[in-house]
Amino acid sequence: MKLILLLFALIATPLAAQTALPPAPYADQQLADPALERKAKALMETIRCLTCQSQSIADSNASMAGDMRSQIRERIMAGEQPEAIRAWLIARYGDWVSYEPTAAPILWPLWAAPLVLLGLGVLLLRGRIKRKARSS
Amino acid sequence: MRTLLIWLPLALFLGFIALFASGLFQPDDRIIHSRLVGQPLPAFTLPAAASDRPPLASSQLATGQPRLLNIFASWCVPCAAEAPQLDALKAAGAQIDAIAIRDARPDVDAFLKRNGNPYARIGLDARSEVQIALGSSGVPETFVIDGEGRIAYQHIGEIRADDVPMILDRLRAAQ
Repeated sequence: MKLILLLFALIATPLAAQTALPPAPYADQQLADPALERKAKALMETIRCLTCQSQSIADSNASMAGDMRSQIRERIMAGEQPEAIRAWLIARYGDWVSYEPTAAPILWPLWAAPLVLLGLGVLLLRGRIKRKARSS
Repeated sequence: MRTLLIWLPLALFLGFIALFASGLFQPDDRIIHSRLVGQPLPAFTLPAAASDRPPLASSQLATGQPRLLNIFASWCVPCAAEAPQLDALKAAGAQIDAIAIRDARPDVDAFLKRNGNPYARIGLDARSEVQIALGSSGVPETFVIDGEGRIAYQHIGEIRADDVPMILDRLRAAQ
């Protein structure tokens, strides 16, 4: 019985398999050069999967994410810079596809938020210290 | 000033509630449109995806007449569902080319035998490279390409029966 179950487990195909094609060459295979692989991996972790939408392509099992990983690795291997590939993808899918915030004006409040909050904190602290000095 | 400040946390709290409530009731739009609409098609040359149709290159889409470029796959269920609509578009005079995504020739042949073949040319994009270059995020999708090879419109998802007149209008507008 156990053997039969094991056999079933071996031949079971994943339910979500979308195509019969094998994955693209570098979808799940690292680049031989560790430095290049590091570059590719860092980029893949900040590119959003179009199928799953809340995962990066590094985390996703969708076949399109696999194709994107392979394309990124091959382009990095061919000497392209990660930021150039990111810009190429943004030109096609919009800012949406990148998890890395850009310096676009719409994001200025985001970049300013830490400074504004820090400033507010300093003001608050100053008020407190002054009041304490007066009361003691 | 003091008495006003006391109300600040409550006001913030209510503001957040309003923000979240509006987010709850707003329909969620997860469709990613290609940013290349209005721009020339990226250049590509693809091998033939079907035994009885010629391969497809981007230059063959700039013919002076607007054409439809259908992105499909034999493994995609909604692609089979939109087949009658593609036939209707072809009957209405639309020229339709296609790109098969992550596919293999025997599978495409079987798919076309089952669902009909309205395509003039079919290119095989075995590794989604052209799909990504087009800014397409899934199958099926249909692009309206004008006579000069610019992307005039992107239809995401299957073409339903009531989309057919709209697609024909887009084709006319791209003239």
